[in-house]
Amino acid sequence: MTPDLAALLGAHGLSTWQLLQLWGHFMLLSLLAVGGAISTAPDMQRYLVNQQGWLSDTQFSASIAIAQAAPGPNILFVALLGWNIAGLPGLLATMSGILLPSSVLALVASRYAQRHADSRAVQAFTAGLTPITLGLLVATGWLLTAPVRQQWPALALVALTVLVAWRTRVSPVVLIALGAVVGALLLA
Amino acid sequence: MAGAGGHSTTAAALPTADGDTAALRQPASCGELFRVFNRLALQGFGGVLPIAHRELVERERWLSPPQFMDLLTVGQVLPGPNIVNISMILGHRWFGLRGALAASAGLLAVPLVIVLALALLYQHWAHLPMVAGALRGMGAVAAGLVVATALKLARTLTRNPLGRPWALLLAGATLVAVAWLRWPLVGVVLGLGGAGMALAAWRLPGKGRAP
Repeated sequence: MTPDLAALLGAHGLSTWQLLQLWGHFMLLSLLAVGGAISTAPDMQRYLVNQQGWLSDTQFSASIAIAQAAPGPNILFVALLGWNIAGLPGLLATMSGILLPSSVLALVASRYAQRHADSRAVQAFTAGLTPITLGLLVATGWLLTAPVRQQWPALALVALTVLVAWRTRVSPVVLIALGAVVGALLLA
Repeated sequence: MAGAGGHSTTAAALPTADGDTAALRQPASCGELFRVFNRLALQGFGGVLPIAHRELVERERWLSPPQFMDLLTVGQVLPGPNIVNISMILGHRWFGLRGALAASAGLLAVPLVIVLALALLYQHWAHLPMVAGALRGMGAVAAGLVVATALKLARTLTRNPLGRPWALLLAGATLVAVAWLRWPLVGVVLGLGGAGMALAAWRLPGKGRAP
């Protein structure tokens, strides 16, 4: 890709080689996304924010918050991460990376897994990975609090959300909307 | 739970899984696949799976309830976004690769445009303190939602062959390795996940039985 074209598409100075690295990392995460794409968020944060410095903590959390507030699969936070890193090329790199390997695997393996749903191998696979998914989800929650960890009203909001979402059937979108109102008033 | 009523009514109306299969219909075209998956994606705030059950099983009658459960199990066993996996598997079953692409595109295309529009709006107004505050609040709620999902999942541990102590130990080790030590995910999933799978295989009942 010529530099001009890259600038036009908004690659924000990421070289073709860096885009390929980004793509490769998300392809790897696709195969490790046990329990959904959100469970790989801690590793995305480690790679994109800490290791490469392509995003700030605030940008990272904002991407997830915006995707959760919009309709559609939560996986779209991956599109926003890519968009914030390198515009359209970044979006294509992260989305195709996170979707391709797992989709191909899904098409190939679905027949096997469906036919052998009660086999020992499939059962051991699911049961053995459930605790890992659990740990990854709590880790994701922890890292999402990174931009607000110094503000006690935000921490109270996290705790309250956990309680309400765990114990009641209030819709997530209602909670997100309330969070926006509380944030605008108390966290500005 | 109050919300379980919708599901049990459906199950009561259907005598058996086999009796229900006869009444199932099929999507007529890739266009219909795209439309239905687009419709269910646009209704799904903070998770599409409950909507998927209502649209695919109750409204379109493309799947019987047991078929949906089987598909869900497969979607959860495999890595990647569950609902995208399910859309690809279903689309492929009816129209091959074209169907898989139509279904997943229906799920992702329009929501992607909406998310990008929201992100652009945010970028435009991010300098306002109240907008930045609102997004911090939404981020805090997003964090709470993810942790609540983990707590709901923790309930299923009572049925896990690992047993609660081992499962909680593995979950805690994963949390420490990922959130605190910041180890790369590859090692954590292969190491701790591998240990979990081996332990689960060893502790599953009926060891001698042929698979």
